[in-house]
Amino acid sequence: MNAKTSEWIDVGAEADIPLRGARVVRSAAGDIAVFRAADGSVFALRDRCPHKGGPLSQGIVHGHGVTCPLHNWVISLETGEAQGADHGCTPKIPVQRLDGRILLDAQAIARLAVPHG
Amino acid sequence: MAKQKLVVIGNGMAPGRALEKLFELAPDAYDVTIFNAEPRVNYDRILLSPVLSGEKSFDDIIIHGDAWYIEKGITLHKGHKVTEVNRAARTVTSEHGETVSYDRLILATGSNPVIIPVPGHALPGVLTYRDLDDVHAMMLAAKAGGKAVVIGGGLLGLEAAAGLQAQGMEVVVLHLMPTLMERQLDPAAGYLLQKAVESRGIKVHCKANTHEITGTDRVTGVRLDDGTVYPADLVVMAVGIRPNAGLAKAAGLEVNRGIVVSPDMRSSDPDIFALGECAEASGQVFGLVAPLYDMAGVVARQLTGDATAAFSPQATATKLKVTGIDLYSAGDFADAKDREEIVLRDPMRGVYKRLVLKDNILIGAVLYGDTGDGPWFFDMIKRGIDISGMRETLIFGQGYQGGSLADPMAAVAALPDEAEICGCNGVCKGKITTKIAELGLTSLDAVRAHTKASASCGSCTGLVEQVIRLSLGESYNPAAVQPMCGCTDLGHDDVRRLIKAKELKSIPAIMQELGWKTSCGCAKCRPALNYYLICDWPGEYADDSQSRYINERVHANIQKDGTYSVVPRMWGGLTSAKELRAIADVVDKFAIPTVKVTGGQRIDLLGVKKEDLPAVWSDLNLAGMISGAAYAKGLRTVKTCVGTDWCRFGTQDSTGLGVKIEKFMWGSWTPAKVKMAVSGCPRNCAEATCKDVGVICVDSGYEIHFAGAAGLDIHGTQVLGHARTEEETIEIIAALTQLYREQGRYLERIYKWAKRVGTDSIKRAVIEDTARRRVLFDRFVLSQSYAQIDPWAERVAGKDAHEFAPIGTLGLPQAAE
Ligand SMILES: Cc1cc2nc3c(=O)[nH]c(=O)nc-3n(C[C@H](O)[C@H](O)[C@H](O)COP(=O)(O)OP(=O)(O)OC[C@H]3O[C@@H](n4cnc5c(N)ncnc54)[C@H](O)[C@@H]3O)c2cc1C
Ligand code: HEM
Ligand code: SF4
Ligand code: SF4
Ligand code: FES
Repeated sequence: MNAKTSEWIDVGAEADIPLRGARVVRSAAGDIAVFRAADGSVFALRDRCPHKGGPLSQGIVHGHGVTCPLHNWVISLETGEAQGADHGCTPKIPVQRLDGRILLDAQAIARLAVPHG
Repeated sequence: MAKQKLVVIGNGMAPGRALEKLFELAPDAYDVTIFNAEPRVNYDRILLSPVLSGEKSFDDIIIHGDAWYIEKGITLHKGHKVTEVNRAARTVTSEHGETVSYDRLILATGSNPVIIPVPGHALPGVLTYRDLDDVHAMMLAAKAGGKAVVIGGGLLGLEAAAGLQAQGMEVVVLHLMPTLMERQLDPAAGYLLQKAVESRGIKVHCKANTHEITGTDRVTGVRLDDGTVYPADLVVMAVGIRPNAGLAKAAGLEVNRGIVVSPDMRSSDPDIFALGECAEASGQVFGLVAPLYDMAGVVARQLTGDATAAFSPQATATKLKVTGIDLYSAGDFADAKDREEIVLRDPMRGVYKRLVLKDNILIGAVLYGDTGDGPWFFDMIKRGIDISGMRETLIFGQGYQGGSLADPMAAVAALPDEAEICGCNGVCKGKITTKIAELGLTSLDAVRAHTKASASCGSCTGLVEQVIRLSLGESYNPAAVQPMCGCTDLGHDDVRRLIKAKELKSIPAIMQELGWKTSCGCAKCRPALNYYLICDWPGEYADDSQSRYINERVHANIQKDGTYSVVPRMWGGLTSAKELRAIADVVDKFAIPTVKVTGGQRIDLLGVKKEDLPAVWSDLNLAGMISGAAYAKGLRTVKTCVGTDWCRFGTQDSTGLGVKIEKFMWGSWTPAKVKMAVSGCPRNCAEATCKDVGVICVDSGYEIHFAGAAGLDIHGTQVLGHARTEEETIEIIAALTQLYREQGRYLERIYKWAKRVGTDSIKRAVIEDTARRRVLFDRFVLSQSYAQIDPWAERVAGKDAHEFAPIGTLGLPQAAE
């Protein structure tokens, strides 16, 4: 698929991700974690915990949140922000669901490659 | 002076308490012999219903274990029914011909359940509800499933019905009166209760007059006067009790409804006391423990020469012990002309409260749905307070009273030290506060352990917590049990109990039934629930990998850079040239950066990329190695020394035993990690005395140690017991592990569990009580039959493939121009 002509990139089928689970999309801009919550909604975040870079895709998904496997920070899937007493944010990538497929926002992925902050 | 001979007939709760008091007052005054028709020690009869429903085990309800009788020098004849009391010769004789003479005799024969003499009442399958044998018979019948009919809709009948239903039977309750528990509840409240009972799937038939129990060889059903027939595989009669006074009557003592006693608890023969449900005092007989315990105190004091001790009946309170239904009643709540009532109904909340007043004094209370104020009302009943001043708001409870009473703590603070807090066990406020101060107690469980307050029916728990709060200040929070996590108010133990009692077999079922506050839990509760379900329903529950921590999901240990480490199993720390060669090849092939020997005698390959894991495992599998479970809340390693094979000091084959243990126990999931070791002699080269479970071989066999730790905390082990053979060693270790699996809270190591439940209770279960050990062992074996599957081989074969590969790979998209 041609990224230039499409704003949205198809990264796979919803059914490929278990409910309350996540998969990784490898990209030149770094790994992206794609989450599927218990209610079926899908979210994408950069696969790096704002704390010490833990792979969020490997965490336990609960509600619209994920607990990082390294030191148990809880990150909101909706905003990418750390919950509770912890502070920090990981970039969020807009997601569309279309006929059982998952589409990620190409521009947002491109922006991940740009060093920021 | 020679000790006097005291003989006790019956070993129920009342004489148990009397002897406790007696040994407190005069430890050396009497030589005591007890005859008990039941073949067992003294236990808490009140708690039979939780045993029936599966929420407690018999061990949990023992009041005096065998050790107590030995310590006190008491001779206990279990399973000896006394058939004759010879007052002239001052002897008693049991059915087995044992004759013992007495200086003083206590009759504590309790009561017998009433059996309505309808046709068929003697058929096999017709039971009463009185003792542990009845409970066992009911549980046995329930194993086969089928239908049960309970005759009688009072406290006992409803508890029996709920218990049988929890055990999987289809249950009908037949009740003679138009509404349930008509003595306590008015018709509307009886109806509320009936609805609550029916909503749990128990059918209730009121105005049911039993005509006959049908069946020829065993019971097949119950026919009512109106012709209705209920098929039944089991019929339980719970229609009342009658004091068991036959023996006394035959001995020529004065008997009316019960054995007649004067206030000093002596029968018409001054050397013979009657105590408990069999006794009739001031023209009354009793069916609740609180007054029986008062009697017990009087008997003990009389026996030690205090002639002033006298029994006078007090108001009593009781509670329906069916999980999920709150019903509390206290005092005298019968209707009568000279009485007034205040009633509150809140149908939306399912709440009913009825207060009975006489001359502006509260004499009785019945609470349904919201029983929080029960102990407060009960205290007012006992103190006979004039309530005119608060009549308008009385029924709303303590929280609504103006002035100093608005603060519930103030009311408790105002209680005198002699005020009774726990009726079941007769514990007063002063005793609780003294023990708290003396022993530095800080928790409800500790107070229960040391004072017995709230340890029986539990209806005074709130009050006990207030007393603790009063002693410790704000640092004690009466909400007390530490909840599992923010998703629930329940603690681990309650959740585990309810999983069994309500047969909850999936995480969503638990969250639904137990009212989880979040939609799908959190990273704290889900792994715990997943473990509890695996442990409690082996073979039935399918592991939920999404509720596993990543290490257990991918069967490798995540490292700080997101790579994994892989540790193959090396049984007992043994390896071979073939295995080492395969490991070396894997290291080369996958360019694994670090290879390290672990503290548990294994080899660790660090820095493996996630997507390489299945291929790495496949190569290791081919060389015969399986996952070492270095990531698991489960059995990890069994370290060994070289033992008799090589070592000049070795006493047994420590290596061989370690390998056997590891081969038998690998794959088991436990609340937290389990590390073991076997040393061939007390020089202990395998460091077995800082492990969760360790074995030290000695000439006479195997010394089994447990509850050690060498991590954040360091603890030497304690000795669990001694075994003569390898088989016995393995049986004990497996039983220990199973007990830990069933009682441990998730992430609670063995040493913490042992500290919480007490080493003695563990020793009792896996060393002293060999039958219990066998049962635990068998449950462990059953669970292992589902657990010993190599997770690597499964995943090499394709299981959970999605875990290891990225869903896709993208080039770098260009930012839109
Ligand atoms: C299921 C159930 C639930 C209950 N719930 C509550 C409650 O919530 N609150 C409450 O206050 N009370 C409750 N009770 C009532 C309470 O348990 C009893 O009042 C109390 O246990 C009676 O104690 P006891 O010592 O008088 O007699 P028991 O405990 O009945 O003991 C009598 C013993 O004597 C033995 N015996 C009888 N005859 C002989 C003989 N000839 N020789 C040798 N031994 C003999 C019997 O086998 C029996 O073991 C409940 C009872 C039951 C059955
Ligand atoms: C003089 C002797 C004793 C002292 C000084 C003592 C002291 C203590 C202390 C300080 C605690 C911890 C309290 C807390 O955690 O809040 C405790 C707990 C406990 N004690 Fe004792 N104790 C003694 C005897 C006993 C005896 C004889 C028994 C059993 C018959 C017993 C059973 C328990 C139990 C079961 C607990 C655990 C309660 C819990 O975990 O909450 N103790 N004791
Ligand atoms: S523990 Fe004893 S048997 Fe084992 S190696 Fe050491 S000295 Fe030898
Ligand atoms: S001791 Fe600390 S640093 Fe070393 S492996 Fe264990 S957790 Fe990591
Ligand atoms: S890296 Fe995520 S919590 Fe530390």
